[in-house]
Amino acid sequence: MKPAIAFYWCASCGGCEEAVVDLDEALLDVVNAVEIVFWPVALDFKVKDVEARPDGSILATFINGAVRTSEQHEMVRLLRAKSRVVVAFGVCAQLGGIPGLANLSDAKGIFAEVYRDGVTPQRLHRHNGHALALPEFFDTVSALDAVIDVDYYVPGCPPTPNIVRDAVTALLGAELPPKGAVLAPDKALCEQCPRKETRPEKLLVKEFKRVHQVVADQQTCLLAQGLVCQGPATRAGCDARCIRGNMPCTGCFGPTSRVRDFGAKVLSATASVIDGNDESSIAQAMNGLPDPVGTFYRYSLPSSLLGRRLE
Amino acid sequence: MPEVYQPKIVAFLCNWCTYLAADLAGTSRLKYAPNVRAVRVMCSGRVDPQFVLEAFARGADGVLIGGCHPGDCHYQEGNYKALRRYELLRRLLNQMGIENDRFRLEWISAAEGERVKTVVNDMVEKLRVLGPRVPVRRKEVA
Repeated sequence: MKPAIAFYWCASCGGCEEAVVDLDEALLDVVNAVEIVFWPVALDFKVKDVEARPDGSILATFINGAVRTSEQHEMVRLLRAKSRVVVAFGVCAQLGGIPGLANLSDAKGIFAEVYRDGVTPQRLHRHNGHALALPEFFDTVSALDAVIDVDYYVPGCPPTPNIVRDAVTALLGAELPPKGAVLAPDKALCEQCPRKETRPEKLLVKEFKRVHQVVADQQTCLLAQGLVCQGPATRAGCDARCIRGNMPCTGCFGPTSRVRDFGAKVLSATASVIDGNDESSIAQAMNGLPDPVGTFYRYSLPSSLLGRRLE
Repeated sequence: MPEVYQPKIVAFLCNWCTYLAADLAGTSRLKYAPNVRAVRVMCSGRVDPQFVLEAFARGADGVLIGGCHPGDCHYQEGNYKALRRYELLRRLLNQMGIENDRFRLEWISAAEGERVKTVVNDMVEKLRVLGPRVPVRRKEVA
């Protein structure tokens, strides 16, 4: 019998689902090797199909997206019970991702902003003796491992095809990686960067610039050009795709294994290269950094040490 | 008598200056607020922003970093790095709802025991005005 595999999505954009399809022909090999038993975005299975399965009968479930509603909370707990291995697929499941930036606000604040002066969704609606309930919208977005036990992590926004292929190969192989492993190289992106040689020995930046303010040179280190490139603190494995597209790294592969709080580490690396020794020249350099949380915790606010804005 | 709120301050003090200043304050028998938990580091530049966040995450009401005066760093420029990180981290903490008065960087030389007293007393006073912090929520599963 082929091993059973499931996919699920929580608070995500759908990009991680695309990443699976982006395997192209290799996807057919995967599909031949396994039996997909649940995949809401692509196949018509129901929750009751999952509920009917014995516990631990799914070999591996790939969950993308952060957890922000009671429905997602219930679904990931159900899938955890039914699966031998749970993989947090993509940075939203791994660290909280872009939806995690909502932790700067809360449910009330978000609803006020989104539905300003409009119709606010009610949790329970009754009509002609029927009732329709919406899931609860939490105040705080969580990474997957804050809710359930997670066995492996596949980083990226979204995970790149090479990373997905390697992860699937590793999971179908004879020997499983150690529990808790992030299935990508454990070194910084700068190591893989095609512009590595152009990084100056003593890197100093007078003023940070935002990407729309400059036409970046296509050969030299982006950080040396004053763009906030997070390569020094970000895990490698993406093959420096953004840098090859002349865009600085925004940190979607998260930290290496030695780092507890990704944003703090990128902040540290970024601040260290400022060319200024007094408050005013440092403030000048930081004009190009108007949103430190959005820059350094872009993908990892829920899994940071503080986790959310404290009121 | 109503109980006075005692804020907890985690202080990362440079081995070559502020830690010695705190020592001097002690040997000079200066009296100041007992709210500081001192952590000796080799240089203010050693203070990883993760240390500061962890202190706040574990319930510190304030974090103080003490380093050598500009130009006096034992390692040439560690205190300048500390200043750059401090300025950026302060901005980030602000966005996270942690007020400026909770996070402080001070240059205090080994001779300035009196300054330790002034800074700590002042910080405790400001933290009392702010009141206790909301604790950080822990994970649902370990």
